[in-house]
Amino acid sequence: MGKPAILTPDPWLRLQGLTRARVALGRAGVSLPTREVLRFGTAHAQARDAVHQALDVATLQADLADVGFTSLAVHSQATDRGMYLRRPDMGRRLAPDSLALLGEQGRRLWSLHPPVAVVLADGLSSLATARHGLPLLQALLPYFPDLPGLPVIIASQARVALGDEIGHALGAALVVVMIGERPGLSSPDSLGLYLTARPRPGLTDAERNCISNVRPEGLPYADAARKLAFLMAGAHRLGRTGVDLKDDSDAAPALTDSPYPGLASP
Amino acid sequence: MNYACTLGLRRHVFGDLKTVLAKASPARSGDMLAGVAAASEEERMAARMVLADLPLDRFLQEAVVPYEDDEVTRLILDGHDTAAFAPVAGLTVGEFRDWLLSDAADGASLQALAPGLTPEMVAAVSKLMRNQDLILVAAKCQVITRFRNTLGLPDRLAVRLQPNHPTDDPRGIAASMLDGLLYGVGDAVIGINPATDSLPAITTLLRLIDDFREQYAVPTQSCVLTHVTNTLRAIEKGAPVDLVFQSIGGTESVNRSFGVSAALLDEANAAALALGRGSVGNNVMYFETGQGSALSANAHHGADQQTLEARAYGLARRYRPLLVNTVVGFIGPEYLYDGKQIIRAGLEDHFCGKLLGLPMGCDICYTNHAEADQDDMDTLLTLLGVAGINFIIGVPGADDIMLNYQSTSFHDALYVRKVLDRRRAPEFEDWLERMGIADFRGDLLPQGEQQALLALAATL
Repeated sequence: MGKPAILTPDPWLRLQGLTRARVALGRAGVSLPTREVLRFGTAHAQARDAVHQALDVATLQADLADVGFTSLAVHSQATDRGMYLRRPDMGRRLAPDSLALLGEQGRRLWSLHPPVAVVLADGLSSLATARHGLPLLQALLPYFPDLPGLPVIIASQARVALGDEIGHALGAALVVVMIGERPGLSSPDSLGLYLTARPRPGLTDAERNCISNVRPEGLPYADAARKLAFLMAGAHRLGRTGVDLKDDSDAAPALTDSPYPGLASP
Repeated sequence: MNYACTLGLRRHVFGDLKTVLAKASPARSGDMLAGVAAASEEERMAARMVLADLPLDRFLQEAVVPYEDDEVTRLILDGHDTAAFAPVAGLTVGEFRDWLLSDAADGASLQALAPGLTPEMVAAVSKLMRNQDLILVAAKCQVITRFRNTLGLPDRLAVRLQPNHPTDDPRGIAASMLDGLLYGVGDAVIGINPATDSLPAITTLLRLIDDFREQYAVPTQSCVLTHVTNTLRAIEKGAPVDLVFQSIGGTESVNRSFGVSAALLDEANAAALALGRGSVGNNVMYFETGQGSALSANAHHGADQQTLEARAYGLARRYRPLLVNTVVGFIGPEYLYDGKQIIRAGLEDHFCGKLLGLPMGCDICYTNHAEADQDDMDTLLTLLGVAGINFIIGVPGADDIMLNYQSTSFHDALYVRKVLDRRRAPEFEDWLERMGIADFRGDLLPQGEQQALLALAATL
């Protein structure tokens, strides 16, 4: 004995193969079927958790150490998630003890003017940083074998511009901020990469280059590393980042005659 | 002018008009971030008391953003219609609220009054109003616009079909577009936010929608929401441009950060009018706005975000737009923190725009870092439906996979039609019936093999 049909199905299910958009959902009366309400609710729950979950700094530092990276952990002036969300300006400034730490420990651990400093920042999705930060650094190694000797800073309650103050404190020529992006419903763990030359407080976003949506389902690690290495080489050549530096990496030949010190072809 | 009042033992003094407005505004995170919000709930009420006693014509004497510095202020004050203002010229802001709620303010008198009101007057009175007041007064306003169909008629609600795709893939966009049309969505506009600003990509998308619209004789308009300069270039290249889209804000400097000015908008408006593509009217502009944009561009002049939002409408009305959309929850929790603030802002924006004579719609939406969820969107959708909003947004399953935020779904539009008995634009309604998508009442029909759009879907 079958139950009578309650739902009105949409006889255009094949459109689901053409887009990730939520098409051909069918309806209960005019409303969403229960299964879609639950599917949507689950995706929203995961995105919300990604925003509020704190970055596990100790585990990330240990994992970095296992593959030869030395790191320091810092935090912004936003003392909790609520302040972080309400006061983006606080997320762009280092807490005083973190600034002091970079001054003292940074000099001891790394050379005074490193060509690059990497910041692994929680941003709006610590999930993205925890999942993709280390694999992306490893994907960069073929381009940049000296990377393990350079500063890696793990930053909590951080906005992109926090990298300016970090890079400045370390005297770095370039800072790469790898930061959790605002989670989408179907992408809770997208990592964004921001490249800034001559980092110092007071820069605007027009002076950065960005690579977005880094994750296996979006821009895979290998492709992201290739684009980033291309931009880093260009930034070194130009002496600046931002609107003048174009991402033509898709059209570029392999990086054989790289002008960038330590940048070898993969 | 003295802006002060005594509450109990405390005397509250406010330095200027924009401070009174900012401190009178209902609490929201963006005003706190800007440092212009009331420091206490009592101070907020003191500011409202001062505001209530101010004569409306005070707003013609003291500008919130200086006249010399700002072309939006100049447009507002130079364009003020003294004759239209006459019926309320002697009122205070508090008396103006009472008048708006009275039976003296009906559809006809409000329509006649609109050119006599400035955005600052409208923002001021909104700050003295509860949510139900914002709904009641907005529901009395009627703003009708036309291009290939008629929008804003009584008991009608239109929907923008928003078939975005993260890589602008034409088949992916077509899939969402067909899904929406089969749900009876698309009378406000079929409007795509492109992932790229390249001219060839934009032209491809314009042709995609236009070819489809011609083939099936859909009585609606299309738009690719790119920068106005790109649309001008597309027009020069002969691309099928129906509407000119642009994001705008309430100060000259925020508009500069968007790369626009009144002169540029004038040029684009003239170019689109010259194409003469509308069949039943020639409202050719589509504007998007949202509280917080000026602060975000560091262009707020110490004014509160709701007043600045109303000033954006002051700029918009110069162009008799087809659509004005406040994208209320998109900007994030540093401007509107939670569902309560988003709901309030949506009602304020709709009220202010309607009172200024604009065809207001709302992107009822939120991001995943805001303290909001689908229940909040249901509440705002229902309230704006009651308030008589001209149009809302329709995204498959409420999930915009390109812009990564949640808006309203095709199902949401059906819900609000059903509970509030709101019909689609008449020309579009007729088309849906001819196509066998909906019946004469506007209810969706079950679909099968005979549906022409399904035959098209099979070819994608």
